This record gives sequence, structure tokens and C-alpha cells, in this order.
Amino acid sequence: MSHSTAEKLVYMANQIATAFSAQKHAEAVEATRIHIQKFWDPRMRSKIAEHIAHGGEGLSPIAKEALEGLQAAKAA
Amino acid sequence: MSLVHEIDYGTPASKSEKLVSLTIDGMSVTVPEGTSIMRAAMELGNQIPKLCATDMLESFGSCRLCLIEIEGRNGTPASCTTPVAEGIVVKTQTERLKQIRKGVMELYISDHPLDCLTCSANGDCELQDMAGVVGLRDVRYGYEGENHTKLGKDESNPYFTYEQSKCIVCNRCVRACEEVQGTFALTISGRGFGSRVSPGMDEPFLTSECVSCGACVQACPTATLNEKAMYDIGTPEHSVVTTCAYCGVGCTFKAEMRGDELVRMVPYKDGKANRGHSCVKGRFAYGYAAHQDRILKPMIRSSIHEPWKEVTYEEAIAYAASEFKRIQEKYGKRAVGGITSSRCTNEETYLVQKLIRGGFGNNNVDTCARVCHSPTGYGLSQTYGTSAGTQDFDSVEETDVVLIIGANPTDGHPVFGSRLKKRLREGAKLIVVDPRRTDIVRSPHIEASYHLPLKPGTNVAIVTALAHVVVTEGLVNEQFVRERCDWDEFQDWAAFVADERHSPEAVEKYTGVDPALVRGAARLYATGGNGSIYYGLGVTEHSQGSTTVMAIANLAMATGNVGRNGVGVNPLRGQNNVQGSCDMGSFPHELPGYRHVSDDATRSTFEALWGVPLDDEPGLRIPNMFDAAVDGTFKGLYVQGEDILQSDPDTKHVSAGLAGLECLIVQDLFLNETANYAHIFLPGCSFLEKDGTFTNAERRIQRIRKVMAPKNGYADWEVTQLLANALGFPMTYTHPSQIMDEIAALTPTFTGVNYAKLDELGSVQWPCNDEAPEGTPIMHIGGFVRGKGKFVLTEYVPTDEKTGPRFPLLLTTGRILSQYNVGAQTRRTANVAWHPEDVLEIHAHDAENRGIRDGDFVKLDSRAGSTSLKAVISDRVAPGVVYTTFHHPVTQANVVTTDYSDWATNCPEYKVTAVQVSPSNGPTQWQEDYENLSRTSRRIAAEAAE
Ligand code: SF4
Ligand code: SF4
Ligand code: SF4
Ligand code: FES
Repeated sequence: MSHSTAEKLVYMANQIATAFSAQKHAEAVEATRIHIQKFWDPRMRSKIAEHIAHGGEGLSPIAKEALEGLQAAKAA
Repeated sequence: MSLVHEIDYGTPASKSEKLVSLTIDGMSVTVPEGTSIMRAAMELGNQIPKLCATDMLESFGSCRLCLIEIEGRNGTPASCTTPVAEGIVVKTQTERLKQIRKGVMELYISDHPLDCLTCSANGDCELQDMAGVVGLRDVRYGYEGENHTKLGKDESNPYFTYEQSKCIVCNRCVRACEEVQGTFALTISGRGFGSRVSPGMDEPFLTSECVSCGACVQACPTATLNEKAMYDIGTPEHSVVTTCAYCGVGCTFKAEMRGDELVRMVPYKDGKANRGHSCVKGRFAYGYAAHQDRILKPMIRSSIHEPWKEVTYEEAIAYAASEFKRIQEKYGKRAVGGITSSRCTNEETYLVQKLIRGGFGNNNVDTCARVCHSPTGYGLSQTYGTSAGTQDFDSVEETDVVLIIGANPTDGHPVFGSRLKKRLREGAKLIVVDPRRTDIVRSPHIEASYHLPLKPGTNVAIVTALAHVVVTEGLVNEQFVRERCDWDEFQDWAAFVADERHSPEAVEKYTGVDPALVRGAARLYATGGNGSIYYGLGVTEHSQGSTTVMAIANLAMATGNVGRNGVGVNPLRGQNNVQGSCDMGSFPHELPGYRHVSDDATRSTFEALWGVPLDDEPGLRIPNMFDAAVDGTFKGLYVQGEDILQSDPDTKHVSAGLAGLECLIVQDLFLNETANYAHIFLPGCSFLEKDGTFTNAERRIQRIRKVMAPKNGYADWEVTQLLANALGFPMTYTHPSQIMDEIAALTPTFTGVNYAKLDELGSVQWPCNDEAPEGTPIMHIGGFVRGKGKFVLTEYVPTDEKTGPRFPLLLTTGRILSQYNVGAQTRRTANVAWHPEDVLEIHAHDAENRGIRDGDFVKLDSRAGSTSLKAVISDRVAPGVVYTTFHHPVTQANVVTTDYSDWATNCPEYKVTAVQVSPSNGPTQWQEDYENLSRTSRRIAAEAAE
């Protein structure tokens, strides 16, 4: 696995999306979004949001769709 | 204070519900059918003399001391082997009985060394007591004849001696080893006068099959098997009931003391988890608490390249507070965090997370459960609605089929392992899913019906295949599913698992397991009566750990094996307080009681009591902390009682993260590996030196009680409190019971918990509240906590950690009985006699290909790093698989483990690493560099002259 944080986050997001992929597409997207919203700290969410803004390279379709719906992280 | 004396009823309690009344010495008594007359008499407080009987063991009837008379019956039957009968009239003391007993005792004493005054068991010997009880005043036979009084001593076991000359051949030790421990290490060798107790094939104890559980020592009525500490210190004079601080079984012990010196730990029969049994760790391996390596004074340094400087608590705490404040000012509020310990008490863990959430003002709190059972929390809360196991340990006594997945209970959870083996000897069936042929698969009088030796990393495929068989062969308990589970979700799930790609035949290509075995195992689990599942880290420590937990939960629901005695889903928790540390809000997204930080209503109850606003965003998990530290956004960490550098995977990445911190505070008993990177060291306190509670794998909350003053001056919770106060977040507790009261006030599943109740009941299992004032032994009775049980689709996704030409073997890791986790404690006890170093188990075929012989030094390489250790050729592992433990820091097994982790929880994938093994002649460069770093980093500056 790569050690750059952005690449690692992409890997993690894809892993989550794959875990839900047995469900129907819309459900899988929603489950992935909720999971990331619930478990990722704000700096991780901001970083992946930045990655999406730059095209979201490497993200699986479910992960990408889920992350596009992610709420912005609140400042401390 | 005095010694806590437990009554010995002589024979075990009967479980019968039918009652029988009889008269003993003119008093009438009513007891369950099947009770021995000896026990019935003791219920009346009438102790019949006895030597070969004790209530931990089935009666044996060999010593003939416990004779009685029954009106209308001939002879003098033994009261230990004679059951009560309706209306009988028993006499326990008559002239005839007195004479017989005296004669019996005379024979025993005439072959016993009369060195009572200098004997280590003086005052703690049943033979001595019985001589007094029967009124023996002289021995007619003398010592001239043939006797055993000159036989030698076996002192090979580091904790107890076997002094043969004192043996009365009562057989209690042999039976304890069989019935209680289930090891069958002892036999009576020889016949008649020549008969003696012997371990194994007349070997010394240390090299025999004996696992040093102490059950035989406990059972021995004489000084024949006796703790060495009794020789060294003398007999104890007072005792305190407390809980073992090693594993998640949570055995209750009496800490037997002389002054403030601990003489021995004696398992407590009233302990609800252990029922009077113990293992070598809890029974004997407490010497670390007084080990010379313990650091008793706080220390600081401004750089990890400097030696440590001893300072006062005031100085250390003031320095820590100023550093954390400085870091937060410079890098932001979320640049610091902390890690709670599953070895510390509930109260201590609660306090650390309170300090982080309330004092640091963020949710960057995590715990070592991250690296072991976080998938259990996630998986069981998704499917059932509670982040915990469903049963108590007693439930195993009612089970008919046991399915063990990725757990090695005889080594990892020994006392539960013994209780399980007992049930298996009574006839329950066993299925084991494990890459290794663990001890439980085949041991004396136990043989698994099925062992599915799957390839590491294919748990989801195998458990889903078991479900496939259940669904496609019509073995679903439809009534249970319709009543208690979401029927639509069930149907989706049933269609999913029924797909041909999940059949045992189709998954064989991943799992390597014969489909016939999978089918047989599924049928047995689904139709063999009460089916229970026990699982361990072999399930959770995978990239699909959470998925496997949910697959297990699905399987139990589909077969109706949840919600009553004898069934259920049982995670075998690693450390003593893993359950508790999770319950206490140690996860970055959850407040105590598993409530998400974004939930406004929950947060506001905490805010009201704590008087500070709380962050509603989840914090960093341990692996995320290391990533953020390497990235430069995370700069300060407070670690209580955990050695993350040794225990977490991908050591190089962890050390890079730790090296990136500007302030690392380590609070521990020893300068552990993590402390090599620390700036502030706060001395920790052992479980013998503080009050508090631990929660075991059964959700059982149990007291630990202080038996001596903290050697380092403060209990761990007091040090956290000092730090909180220095940071301007006031805490004013004077006793841990006040912390528990606060936990109860804030946590719905704990509202009924308080120290008075724990003292009264001994322990309670949460939920403990108005609906269940005495706690909840078995969960989900009549319905699931979440409402309807949820079936989750569990697609098998192979791990990305794959073997290939460079790394053709799969490494899996585990633990062994005598050592505990990173070994910080057990390595500092005589337990090293059994496990002086970590070794690599390798199959003969793989060893031969590489020119490796048994005992050779080998290099173990993975994508993450390399280390070296000794190889042992073993047929417990399949070709293609190698196995090691991680108890010793020199081995640094985690240098080779990777940072792949569970998709849902980031629990590391310790159980699967692609590796290569090659001959080697010494330590790797990393091991040498690390050895140097540890040496320089552990220097303590000599105290300045006064
Ligand atoms: S210590 Fe335990 S395993 Fe060893 S002989 Fe005694 S009962 Fe058996
Ligand atoms: S060693 Fe102790 S328990 Fe075992 S037979 Fe001898 S006296 Fe009895
Ligand atoms: S089984 Fe666990 S809790 Fe019990 S004595 Fe052994 S280590 Fe302690
Ligand atoms: S105690 Fe009954 S025969 Fe020994």
C-alpha cells in the first residue's frame, strides 16, 4: 500500500465501498457515505474532498459518488 | 482484616430441581437430589472429616475418613460417595466411627514426615487438621518400617514444589488436572505401597505436559504440592478478593497477603467467570509488579536523544500541560489526542477519554481494542444492536455444538478453555475453523468432529459457505427468523448466500477446505441442538474482520441460535478490560455507552455534567493518528498503559509517526518500547495497588481491590486527574467509586451499577439498570436489542496482501499460554521458563525447500520489513503457512506486518502477511539499529549531587 495520505484515503474509501457493493447501487452509495461521515475525522474528510475536487483519481464509482455527497467537515 | 475462608462442601453441588429431606445428627435438612451426604451435612455446618474429597472435584471415596452410619443400613458407607435419600437418618459421630477414623489417620501419619513445625503448609494443611479433628494423639506403628519419608523434591516448576515424601496418594491432584484443568498431565504410577503421583512419564513438572495452572496445588490437602512463596514468605494472614489483570476471562482471586507482601493468588470459588479455577498467568505471574525494571518516579526530557531526568510529579505534570497547551495554540485544537488502555480500569479509561474530550476539546481518543476487537463492536452492533457478546461463560455448560473460529482458547483464554473442554468431555460436539491445528482440535479425551483448516484470510468465504449449506439444505429456523428478524432483509440475504458462488464447492479454490467438511460442519451446527459460536482475533484481525463478525451473526440468527442459554455469539476478548475500555467511550466516534458524538441529545447530557462544550466531529483512530503525525497535523499524544510501538502493525510507520510528535506522554509500569520516543514518562500503578473495576468478555463488571499502596505514589486515575487539573479542566474525585457513579449517571446500560452493589453481588453483567437491576447474563432473550435482527450481505473480498514469487508464504500470528501480549508483564516473571523467545513455526516441506533445519536462525521478510528469529519445524501449520507470536520486543514481529486493515474499523490485518523465509546468521539491520536506539533512549541521568 502507498504511504501518501491521499492515496491511503482513496484505498480506504474503496475498501468501504467494496464492502457494501453487494447491496443495490443506491444503497451501497448511501451506506458508504454514512460510514465515512461517521468514522472519519474532519482532516481526513477535508483531504478526500480536496482529492475529489481534483478529479478523484483512483476512486471506485461507488466511493466517488458517496464522497461527492459528503458533508463538509466542521472546524474545531 | 482476616483470611477469606471459603467453605469446602466436599462434593460439587447437585443441579437437580427435585428436593430430598433427611436427618443428620438429629437435625433435618432439605437438599437437591443427588447431593452427597457429606455436602448435606456441611449445609448444616456439620463438617465430616475428609481427605480425598473437595467440592471442586467429583467424589472418589478412597481415604475412608468420611465414614458415617445410616439407621437401618449395614456398614459404614463413605459420606462423600453416598447420595442423600428421602427420610434417612444419618449419624456422623459414633464410637465406632471415631475408632475407625483414628485408625485410618494413624496409618497416614505413620508414613508422613513429622516436621509440621517447619513445614511450609503449617497451619494450612488438611492432614494436620484431620489429625486434630479425629483426636489422634499418638501413633502406634513408629517409623521403623518401610516408608516414603525420605523421597526427594521436584523443584523444576518455577512456582511450586512437589515434595513426594508428604504425599498421601489421595488422588486429588490427578483429578484436578483431569476434571478442572483438562490437561491429564498427572497419573498415579506404581501400585499399592509403591504408588506415587507422577507428571507425564515420570518427568519433572517443568518438562511434562503440565501447564502450571495450579489446580493440583489448590487441590492438594498437604504440603506435597505447595507454592514456593509459602516456603519463602510464610503463610498468609489476610486476603482480599480481586480480579486478574491479564485476560478477558476475568478470573476472581483471593490475594493472600502477609502485611503488604503478596504471598499467593488463590482462585476464588465464588468467581462467576472462573468458578475456582485459574491459569499460570493469573495464579502465579504477578511478580512483574515488584520487578526492578519498574519505574517509580516521573521523568522528562526535551528530546528523545537525551537521557531521562527524574523529576517530581508537579514538574512532570506542569511540563506536560504546558507542552500540550503550546502545541494546541500552534497547530490547533485537534493536533493532540490520547490512547486509553484495556489493561487499566473502567474508571481510568473513562477519565482519560473525559480528559481528551473535555480537556483537550476534541475526540482524538482511541484504545488498544482498535487493534483487536473493534470489528466485534461494529459487527455485532450492526446486526444485533449491542457491541458485546451475547452470553455468560456458564452458558457453555448447556451447549451441544461448539463452533470455534479463529480462537485458541486453551492458550488465549485458558480458564474458559478448561470449562469448554469439560463440556466437550461430557459429549458436546466441536467444530474448529482455524488455519492451524490448535490444541483444542485434538487433546486428551477431545477430538473435534470437524477441523476446517482454511487459508488465512478466507473467513468470510467459509462462514458464508456454511450459511449457503444452511439455506440451501432447508436448515433455517424459519420460526425464529420470522419472529425476531427483519424478514425482507433475511430473504435478500438467503438469496445472496444461496448463490452457487458461495457453495462450499465454489469457495474451495480460496479456502482450500474440502467441501464435504464444510457441509458436514454446517449440518452439525444447524441441527445438533444448542449451537454456540466462540471466536477470537483470528476473525477480527483481517481486512474483512467486521464482515466475518457479521457473517457469524447471520449464521447464528438463521439457525435460531441466539437469545437463550447454551447458544449465542461469543467474542473471546484479549485483554482483561477490552470490553470495558470500549464501553467507557474509548472510541473516537463514540461517547460512553456507544453513542455517536454527533448525537446532540447525548452530547448535551455530558456537556451539562462536565461543564464544557464537546466536539461533535469524530476524532482520529490510532492508525489515522500515525498518518496525521507523519503528515504533520498531529503533534501531541498521551498514552496510558499501552505499548503501541510493539503491539501495532508496520513498526516502521508507527515509529515514523511517533518520531513526528513534539510531545509524547507515556504512562506505564515500565519504560516500554513506545517510551523510546517519549518526552514525559509518568509511572504507572499495578492492579494490586489500586481500586476500580474491569469488565470481562461476558460484560461482567468486577471489582479490583487495592492490597498495597501504589509503589509509584499514585493510582493511574489520580495521575490523569493531576494532568486534567493542570490543563484547567478540574477533576476532584477522591475515590474511583465516584467515577463509577458518574458513569452510571451518564450511561443508560450502567445506571444500576455502583460499588455497593458490586460488593453485595460480587459482579454484575451490563445492561444493569431499572429493567435489569441485577444485570443481564444472556442478551437478546425474546428479541434483539436493535429491534429486529439484521441480516447483512457478506461478500468475500480477498485481501490485497497476496503471496507471489517474492513473498510466497502466508504469515499468521498468535499467542501462547504462558505469555501475555507484548509480554511486558509476563517476560518479567518466571513464565519465561516456558517461552524464552518467539519462534517461527514452519512446515517441514517449506523448511526443506529452503535448507532450514529445526532451531536454525531464519530471516523473515515482507513488503513492510524484515526480522530474524528461530525456526521450529511443525506439522500444526499447513505447507505455505508460517506462524509466530509477538511476545518479545527483540523479535519485532510487527516489523513485518503490513498496514492493511479492516475496512470498517481499521483493525490491522495481523493475521495475514505475505512473507519469505530464508536462512540467516543473525539479527537484521533493523533489529540492530533498534537495539541501539532502545539502549540510548532508556538512559536515565544520574541524580545530581545534593
Ligand atoms: S499445574 Fe495444572 S496442568 Fe500442571 S499438573 Fe497441576 S493441574 Fe495439571
Ligand atoms: S500430591 Fe497432594 S493431592 Fe496429589 S495425591 Fe499427593 S497428597 Fe493428594
Ligand atoms: S484465564 Fe485469564 S483472567 Fe483467568 S487467570 Fe488466566 S489470565 Fe487471568
Ligand atoms: S473423603 Fe470420603 S472417602 Fe475420602
